[in-house]
Amino acid sequence: MKTGTTNTRYTRTAIALHWLMAVLILGTFGVGLYMHGLHLSPFKLRIYSWHKWAGVTAFLLLLVRLAWRATHRPPALPLSISLWQRQAAHAGHGLLYLLMIAVPLTGWLMSSAKGFQTVYFGVLPIPDLLAKNKELGDQLAAVHEWLNYTMIALVAGHAAAAVKHHLFDHDDVLIRMAPGLGRRLKNEEEQK
Amino acid sequence: MKHIRLLGLLVLTVMALPAQATVFNTVQLDKSRLGFTFKEMGVAIKGGFSRFNAQLNFDPAKPTAASAVIDVDLASVDAGSPDANDEVAGKLWFDTKAFPHARFVSSAVHALGGNRYEAIGTLTIKGRSRTIAAPFTYAGQGATARFDGGFTLKRADFAIGEGEWADFSTVANEVQVAFQIQAGQSAARK
Repeated sequence: MKTGTTNTRYTRTAIALHWLMAVLILGTFGVGLYMHGLHLSPFKLRIYSWHKWAGVTAFLLLLVRLAWRATHRPPALPLSISLWQRQAAHAGHGLLYLLMIAVPLTGWLMSSAKGFQTVYFGVLPIPDLLAKNKELGDQLAAVHEWLNYTMIALVAGHAAAAVKHHLFDHDDVLIRMAPGLGRRLKNEEEQK
Repeated sequence: MKHIRLLGLLVLTVMALPAQATVFNTVQLDKSRLGFTFKEMGVAIKGGFSRFNAQLNFDPAKPTAASAVIDVDLASVDAGSPDANDEVAGKLWFDTKAFPHARFVSSAVHALGGNRYEAIGTLTIKGRSRTIAAPFTYAGQGATARFDGGFTLKRADFAIGEGEWADFSTVANEVQVAFQIQAGQSAARK
């Protein structure tokens, strides 16, 4: 199965970006769920700002990631995986990329529509594309929420699939995206 | 006879003079606005008051004799969001139950050159009074005039935002107040 070891793993940069995004997405999603019901307080204002800054950061990282991916071909999926599963994996990844674009964009738009400009780290104002409009703001909030649940469901499916490949299929789908760990396991395998 | 007629004409002219003088003393509230801007986590938020009353007396021939009294219904605040409006009416901010109004009473008006002036007066919010200076411009257009101006207040001077809000790291101390007042002339002179 292991042909051309250089090609079976993602690049270090791709791995770093993947896990950084994973932490940011889960963290920002969790904060978003939590902050929603808070009573207005200085803490709420701060946590909303942090959530927005994290969202902008995730969006910027995504752009870097897309640029990296466009110039660095990811390793092909093992041929042991059936065609429909490979197609499902590609479709899932594509949808995840779309949602990683759509989620921060709707967050930014809803913030503008609600009359709160997004100012990155409180320093860099991001222009408002929409003027203040309460109804539109509420609609965009619903869209932002719905897209988030869809994204998290996909992330869960994505993670479950990776674990399934590792535990049941015994292929290197999970390992090739594992930070550092991969090389060590691979060495152990080669020693066997 | 001729003298009497001349005298009569003179008296009429003198009597007519004050009536012709342009004095803006009727504020057109529906065409006037009172707004403010403040910063929250570095983000500029716009707000305003939908209900206020203003008495004005501005004679372009004697601008430094002008006077103004402005009464603001603090419960009519728009602080940027429904959440914020509820919060700002509360005890820690305006405490509108105990202090329903903010009031500005002018004490002097200085000419700054051209159409620019400065109103000096006492601003009272939440039982605290401060002297403020509010530069403004005057633009007369026939029977109406517009007065556009503003000033910066420090919310801490008026205990607006106490307790957990007293710290300026989330909501800044400085609040930019801006007014656009349109006034006409009343039919009857005082």
